[in-house]
Amino acid sequence: MSVAAPAVEIDGLVMAYGDKVAVDGLSLDVARGSITAVLGPNGAGKTTTLETCEGFRAPQQGTVRVLGLDPQRDRTALLPRIGVMLQDGGAWSGVRAVEMLEHMATLHAHPLDTAMLVARLGLGDCGRTPYRRLSGGQRQRLGLAVALVGRPELVFVDEPTAGMDPQARRTTWELLEEVREDGVTVVLTTHHMDEAEHLADQIHIIDRGTAIASGTPAELTRGGRSATIRLVVNRPFPDGAPESLRADLGPQTEVRQLDEVSMLIHGPADASTLGRVSRWCEEHGVLPQTLNLGQRTLEDVFLELTGRELAP
Amino acid sequence: MTAPRTSTAPATFTPAPGSAPLARMVLAQARMESRLMLRNGEQLLLALVIPVIVLVGGVVAAGRLGSSLGERAAVDVLTPGVLALAVMSTAFTSVAIATGFERRYGVIKLLGASPLPRHGLLLGKALALLAVVAVQLVVLVGVGLLLGWEPALAHPVRTAVGVVLSVALGTAAFAALGLFVAGVLRAEATLALANLVYLLLMAGGGVVLPTSTYGSAGTLIQWLPSGALGEAVRGALVDAQIDGRALVVLAAWAVLGTLLTARTFRWE
Repeated sequence: MSVAAPAVEIDGLVMAYGDKVAVDGLSLDVARGSITAVLGPNGAGKTTTLETCEGFRAPQQGTVRVLGLDPQRDRTALLPRIGVMLQDGGAWSGVRAVEMLEHMATLHAHPLDTAMLVARLGLGDCGRTPYRRLSGGQRQRLGLAVALVGRPELVFVDEPTAGMDPQARRTTWELLEEVREDGVTVVLTTHHMDEAEHLADQIHIIDRGTAIASGTPAELTRGGRSATIRLVVNRPFPDGAPESLRADLGPQTEVRQLDEVSMLIHGPADASTLGRVSRWCEEHGVLPQTLNLGQRTLEDVFLELTGRELAP
Repeated sequence: MTAPRTSTAPATFTPAPGSAPLARMVLAQARMESRLMLRNGEQLLLALVIPVIVLVGGVVAAGRLGSSLGERAAVDVLTPGVLALAVMSTAFTSVAIATGFERRYGVIKLLGASPLPRHGLLLGKALALLAVVAVQLVVLVGVGLLLGWEPALAHPVRTAVGVVLSVALGTAAFAALGLFVAGVLRAEATLALANLVYLLLMAGGGVVLPTSTYGSAGTLIQWLPSGALGEAVRGALVDAQIDGRALVVLAAWAVLGTLLTARTFRWE
């Protein structure tokens, strides 16, 4: 087994449910020891892709290899080596949180110390709470603990921080970073740009079942032909302001009014755009209080590639 | 992993994957499932409270009314019937409801991504089921004896074989049917149907009372899994007989239920 071989190799995967194509010729690799984010809006095919890697579904077309194994044919050999966190949890309704974790630990040869995981994930307070009474965030943390307890080489985590408060989210990110430091490959799906940007070594942006861009966060947000300008003014814009500003700036520009005193402008990253925005303000009797040429974000990248916004 | 590390001690999450031995996984699964079943109030109601009420209520009522069933004391006929009822409640209703909610809550799916193989999961379920049935039988036999039950002991070996075979085949038949229901319906529908079927069979399925007490309907009822289980247990404990016909009926239901389940069950 070569260390350089990818942990996950997906080549030309096609998955459909009836007429609905969920994954449409997806190809991507996941490097060993990395955190790789599969980023996309709801319904982009992220969960279907993960479930194919986890052996729940057979590829209808294309091939999937996980740790060099076929998730269908080599299921028995593969499952002990991976950890899985499902999107909607997975536990008996009446089982206590710690009891569930301990049960999953006994299915493995060299499980982690469950008390350590309970402490790290802040599950101590709800350790004796039945699963059906856990909050969404607590279920997520238990799900993550269950995915890690068998000391896997590779974990698949589906929307790991959905429903978590900011504090728990931060803790989860730190934990996933430590897991990577210790040599575990992490594949996560998310529709939160900040999560992918903060955590991932490699990001695959998928939309309508295909990868539309791949790279490190820096590669994806570097340069680009456009920039985001954030404009905040001292009093409300006149009616029809976005249309009027867009007419001034030209057709390659997107203008979106956020509230009565602020707008986001996506357009060519050059000084003349800034100059025209400032002249437009003068002509319309508003005084710019903020006029920032923002750094390109993953959201901009997604908007450029698809013409749609990523936020659900 | 063989990758060299710079530090001397392995870090917290350093991979060390592997599955536990199958026997350990199956036993852990059986322990977990039986514990959950015995902890759940509604399941316990079905498993023990209702059978005890039926037994005590039936014996008291028969005493008040001065009636017996045939030449036998009411308790001698009712106790084997209630043992059959207990098997039916756990193997059919509890299994159906528990499995329905396991699908709903994603347990079966999560276990499907764990080292526990499908056959290990089924084996664990079967062991858990048998453990709960054993607890039920011990309690109900105790209650029956307190009420003055005198099982037929003319041929102890024949009686023992008859009881073991009927409990084993009855459990298999009802569990297969319970899994079939849980595998095709949503959890709520499974809950409703499993309880309804249980009530109907308890009242009119020839479990608690001999099929002969149902008049002409009895000839039909003896072909139901409930009637066959009731007759098989009564055959062993009332008449010290092995009721071959009833056991064959149970085996046929077990095969039918297994085929239906195998063709239709969805793990998710």
